[in-house]
Amino acid sequence: MKRTTISLCTLLIAGLGAANAETVAPTAVAFEEGAVAQSLTGVAGDPAAGATVVSTKSQGNCVACHEITDLADVPFHGEVGPMLDGAGDRWSEAELRGILVDAKMTFDESVMPSFYKTEGFIRLGKAYTGKAHEGDVEPLLTAQQIEDVVAYLMTLKD
Amino acid sequence: MKKGIAALVAASTIFGAAAATADESAELTINGEIDIVTKTAAPAHLSDVLDEVMSGWRFRSDQTQEMQMDDFDNPGMLGVEAGIEIWNTVDGSKGKSCADCHGEPEEMAGVKAVYPKWNDQAETVHTLQMAVNNCRENAMGAEPWKYDASDAINIEALLASVSRGMPVNVAIDGPAEAMWELGKELYYTRTGQLELSCANCHEDNYGNMIRADHLSQGQINGFPTYRLKNAKLNGVHSRFKGCVRDTRAHTYSPGSEEFIALELYVASRGNGLSVEGPSVRN
Ligand code: HEC
Ligand code: HEC
Repeated sequence: MKRTTISLCTLLIAGLGAANAETVAPTAVAFEEGAVAQSLTGVAGDPAAGATVVSTKSQGNCVACHEITDLADVPFHGEVGPMLDGAGDRWSEAELRGILVDAKMTFDESVMPSFYKTEGFIRLGKAYTGKAHEGDVEPLLTAQQIEDVVAYLMTLKD
Repeated sequence: MKKGIAALVAASTIFGAAAATADESAELTINGEIDIVTKTAAPAHLSDVLDEVMSGWRFRSDQTQEMQMDDFDNPGMLGVEAGIEIWNTVDGSKGKSCADCHGEPEEMAGVKAVYPKWNDQAETVHTLQMAVNNCRENAMGAEPWKYDASDAINIEALLASVSRGMPVNVAIDGPAEAMWELGKELYYTRTGQLELSCANCHEDNYGNMIRADHLSQGQINGFPTYRLKNAKLNGVHSRFKGCVRDTRAHTYSPGSEEFIALELYVASRGNGLSVEGPSVRN
């Protein structure tokens, strides 16, 4: 009983992000030449959870644009972005976090979406309904999901 | 060529596999007699961004390509037949059909190729559907059709079919220029939470896979287009709406000023390609 309450609580905090005192809000992320040194949550990322975010259509859907050999069992990887094999060698954790939060800070005008951003959109819609967005804007991924994906990418070594 | 593989993969999954076997070098002749230009030099106004323009037909699988090579295999031709029926049917308070004023549908050959087009009387750019509604309201005394509704699409399919093989040639200067500029601006505007513009997908990335989809140049010379995905003829504005929605944006509505402008601009990006509708796509 108690256990359930606690894990539900953790889920909620991880899910909503903003509820956690340690969570850095999307508008408060500090960049240094595209990189973000500070963890967004203070909670170590879970690479397995990160792999799920990367390959799931309703989450990061990174494979829509990137091929990743490690996820070869997931069908249909795109080729809009570079292959991510070896990303953990090419980039530091802080650089990967920066690319995930807002790729445009690293790659000028990138077509890669900004996954932890809540401002500055043109005609923001309500998810994929085509209707106008109303109320508070949730980033595409939560702070913990970003940390999980960064942890997963760090495992991609050549 | 890749037919063996195509058949193998198609046996397990239909749509994704289709993309993987696209033949960008194939040539299109319909019914063994109508030659379709599916690739040509880009119009002058695109010379700084594209060398060549290509019809979406080039990006589809062998099987989907083949469906468009014979009218008996093209499900979009059912819409054309429905369009002929409408063409000959009297409607509205003035007791007239399209045929009463225009004769055989074949006499309209070339019309589809130049739309959207400036209309002097209305002092605005008309898409073909608007031009048809103009006839319905003023010449026939009939109710205008809703934008992209099935009757409107079937007549548009009929008008496209009689222009097949003729080069798209919409005017972008003169009085239409302001609308064309608006359309161009929209084409390059990055919308929604994904912050993607038409150009991000269809100019920067055509030929690339985005998940299971093989990105084309997003040309509209083949509209209306029969999509295997929803098993019906689709209008240009409905397609635009779907693409804008996929950027997690608040879309414009079919028939809106924005989509009329965008249709004019996107049509002009296909100047020189053949009119190809009704086409078949996945
Ligand atoms: C709409 C396309 C698109 C999506 C979706 C996308 N990316 Fe990217 N990504 C790109 C492109 C394009 C680049 C190359 C940088 C540039 O030129 O913009 C890139 C670059 C990167 C890089 C650096 C590449 C390298 O190794 O040199 C990483 C890491 C990365 N993306 C990770 C991700 C992750 C993780 C996700 C999902 C959470 C994701 N991307 C989603 C398009 C995309
Ligand atoms: C996130 C990527 C993306 C964006 C942004 C996008 N599209 Fe598309 N579009 C697609 C995909 C995928 C298809 C289906 C495959 C193809 O034909 O490219 C498609 C198909 C089309 C087609 C059908 C082409 C044919 O031959 O049947 C048209 C027309 C089109 N898009 C126009 C546009 C316009 C105009 C915009 C901007 C308002 C736009 N698209 C924005 C991904 C996109």
